[in-house]
Amino acid sequence: MDLTYSPEHRALRAEVKAFLRAHRHLAPKPFGLNRPPADARAWECLLIEHGYAARTIPREYGGYGAEPDILAARIIAEEFADAGLPPSLSNQGITMLTPTLLEFGTEEQKRRWIAPTLRGEVVWCQGYSEPEAGSDLASLRTAAVEDGDDFVVNGQKIWTSTAHDADMIFCLVRTEPDAPKHLGISYLLFSMRTPGIEVRPLRTMTGEAEFNEVFFTDVRVPKTQIVGARGEGWSVANATLKHERGAFTNPNAFLGRLNRLIKVMREETVDGRRVLDDPVLRDRLMELQARVFALQFNGLRLLTASVKNQNPGVAGLIGKLLGCEVNHQMAALAIDALGELGVLFGDGPHVRSRGSWQGRYMLDLGFIIGGGTAQIQKNIIAERGLGLPREPKLAKS
Amino acid sequence: MDFAIREEQRILQDGVARALEGLSPLDRVRQAAERNEPVARDVWEGLVALGVPAMLIPEAHGGLGLEVLDAALVAEMLGRYVAPVPFVASCVMAPVSLRSAGSPAQQAAWLPRLASGEIIAGVAIAEAAAGARDGAGVTATNGRLTGIALFVMDGVDAGLFIVADRAGALHLVDPYARGVQLIPLTTVDVTRPVCELRFESVRAEPLGGDASVATMQRMRDAGRVMLAADTLGAGWRMIEMATAYAKQRKQFGRAIGSFQAVKHMCAEMAAELEPGRALMWYAAHAQDHLPEEASLMAAHAKAYLTEVGRFVARCAVEVHGGIGITDLLGLHYWFKRIGVNRQLLGGPERLREEAARLQGLAA
Repeated sequence: MDLTYSPEHRALRAEVKAFLRAHRHLAPKPFGLNRPPADARAWECLLIEHGYAARTIPREYGGYGAEPDILAARIIAEEFADAGLPPSLSNQGITMLTPTLLEFGTEEQKRRWIAPTLRGEVVWCQGYSEPEAGSDLASLRTAAVEDGDDFVVNGQKIWTSTAHDADMIFCLVRTEPDAPKHLGISYLLFSMRTPGIEVRPLRTMTGEAEFNEVFFTDVRVPKTQIVGARGEGWSVANATLKHERGAFTNPNAFLGRLNRLIKVMREETVDGRRVLDDPVLRDRLMELQARVFALQFNGLRLLTASVKNQNPGVAGLIGKLLGCEVNHQMAALAIDALGELGVLFGDGPHVRSRGSWQGRYMLDLGFIIGGGTAQIQKNIIAERGLGLPREPKLAKS
Repeated sequence: MDFAIREEQRILQDGVARALEGLSPLDRVRQAAERNEPVARDVWEGLVALGVPAMLIPEAHGGLGLEVLDAALVAEMLGRYVAPVPFVASCVMAPVSLRSAGSPAQQAAWLPRLASGEIIAGVAIAEAAAGARDGAGVTATNGRLTGIALFVMDGVDAGLFIVADRAGALHLVDPYARGVQLIPLTTVDVTRPVCELRFESVRAEPLGGDASVATMQRMRDAGRVMLAADTLGAGWRMIEMATAYAKQRKQFGRAIGSFQAVKHMCAEMAAELEPGRALMWYAAHAQDHLPEEASLMAAHAKAYLTEVGRFVARCAVEVHGGIGITDLLGLHYWFKRIGVNRQLLGGPERLREEAARLQGLAA
C-alpha cells in the first residue's frame, strides 16, 4: 500500500493545474447531451494538444500519442474535477466506438473516423438494442442483406440516445440469418443521413427525450463500412460493451454528487433547523458516504490491478451494479432531505436547481437498467465471479 | 501509487491461513465450544510460533515491527477460520497502546512478554468505545480504580488488563491485584470469550499520561479495523460455503445455483462485501500513515462491513435452506461471530454518528 505519487506524476499534476489556471476562460458552457458547440470543440482540440484528452490515441489518428498510464489519466481527471472545469468529451463515439475501431477497424476506417470523432465534429449513436432484443441482445433481428457493393438494412433499433442529432451510427445487424444467433451478427458504420432512416424521439419519465427509436427501410450501406469480419460483430460489440460499463464507475462523479448532497443537507432547513441535524437523515448520509468511499477505494484497487495487468476478480465485476445504485440512493436522499420541496420540478417558486435531483433520480433508474441491467450484472458476478452454473438452455423449439 | 497488499503481506496472510487450516478446522472450533475453553491453547501456540502476537510490537522489544494493515490481514484469516483465540485486544489493541504511549519501563515490562505469547492482555474500553450499559463505568481516584467494566475483550486468562476509566484515560491493571473480580459473560459466539471486570479500589498504573485519551482512541480505532477485517474473512467464508452448496445441491432436477433467485442472492453477497475489502485496507493503512483520517475510516470500515456482514450471514444461511440452521453444518459459528463483531467497540449507528461528528456534520 503506497498512496504517494512518483515525481513524474506529481509534476504532471502541477502541469495540469497550471494549464487549467491559464486556460479556464476558454472552458465551454455546459451543453448537456447535445452535440458539442464550437467553443466545446475548440476546448477539446486544446485538451488533445496538451494530452488531457485522447491521451493514448496514436497521433496518426488525431490523438496525443502518449503511452497508456492509468495514473496519469486519473490525475488529469481529478484536477479537472477539482477545478470544476469540463474534462474531455465522453460521448459514445469517443468512449465506445474509438476503442473498438482501434482494436478491430481497418487502417482506412481508423484514419477516416477517429480524428473527427475525437474533436467532436462527428457525433455517433449506438444501434444495439431492439424492441425484441434487450438483455438478450444477440437475438437482434435488424437484417442486412448483400446487394452488389452494399448491404441493405431493414429493421428497428430502440434506446438510441442522441440519434436525433447524430451524424453516424455504429450498428449491429444480422447478416447470416441461418447461423447460430451469436455468429450471425455484423457491425456496420453508416451515415444517419442515408435515405431510409427515420428517427422518432422517445420521451421518458423525466419529460425529456433522452432516447429515440430508429427505423431502417432499405438503407444502403457500402460493404467497406463493416468493422471486423462478416458474422463476427458479436465479439466486436462485446469489446464495446466492456467500454460502456467502465463509463458508469467513475469515482470522481460519486464524490462530486456526495458533496452536492452534503451541501443540500447543510443549507436546507426544516422548522428552522438544518436538515443535517435530523439524526435519521444524517445516518443515511453517513451510510452512503461509507459506500462511496468503499467504491472509491475499490476503484483505486482496480487501477493498481490494471497497471500490473492483474485480474481483480469479483472486485472488477461490481462497479456498474453498485455505482448506479449508490448514485440513485444519493438522489433519493437529496429528495427526502428536501421533502415537499424535493418534488418541485421545472420552473416556478421554491424549486431548487429546476428539480435536478428528481431528474437524476429518474435518469439513474434508466442507468440501472441500461448498459446491462442490474439483474444481468448479478448473473455476470455469480457466473464469472463465483462460478455458479448458467441458466440451463431451453430445448430448441 | 500502489493500492494493493504487498507480496510479503500476501505470503504472511497465506501462511496464517495454511496454519489455521490445520489448527482450527471446524471440529476443533466445535470442540473448544463444547468444552467451553476460553483459549484453544494448541491454536494459540500455533499462532505464537508464527509470530502473530509479535506483529505490532517493535523489534527492540522482541516483536516484528509490522503495521496495522498486516494485523488486519491476519484478522481476516482468523474470522475465516472462526479461530477460538485471543487477538483483537491482546495482539492489536494492547501493543498499539503500549508502543505509542507506554513509558520505557512499561514497554520493557510488557511488550516482550506479549510478543512471545507468554501473556495475554485483556482490554476493557467498551464503555468508552460503545457506550456504558447497565450503569457500567470505572472511576480512577489516586491511582486506584473502582467500578465495573463490561465486555472486556481477551480478558479471560489474561496476565494484564488495560482499562479505560469514565474519562477515557487508560490504566494498566494486574489481574491478580486485590479487589479485582472477573465474571465471564456468555455471548452467542463461543469462539471468543468476553468478561466483566469489577474493581474495588484496585491499584492501577496510568498509561499514556496527557495522551491517554488519544491513545485509547488509537487502540479503539485499530480494534475496529480488526473487527471489520474479521467480518470480511468470516463473510467471504460464508459466501464460499453458500456458493459451493448452491453448485452441488439439486432440486427440480438442477443445481439450485442455476436458479436466479439463489444465484442473485450469492451475487449480492459478493458485490456488497468485496468493496469492504478496499475500504478496510484503506482504514488499516490510515492507522499508521494517515493519522488525520484514522478514526473516520475505522468507523466507516467497521460500520460498512458489519452492515454487509449481517446481510451475508443471513443470506448464506438462507441459500443453504434448512440444513443452514443446523449445528451439523456449523455455519452458525460464522453467523454468530459476525453478530458479535457488529456490537463490539460500537455498532454501526454509533459509528456513523461518530463519523459525522469527526467531519463537523453533527454536533
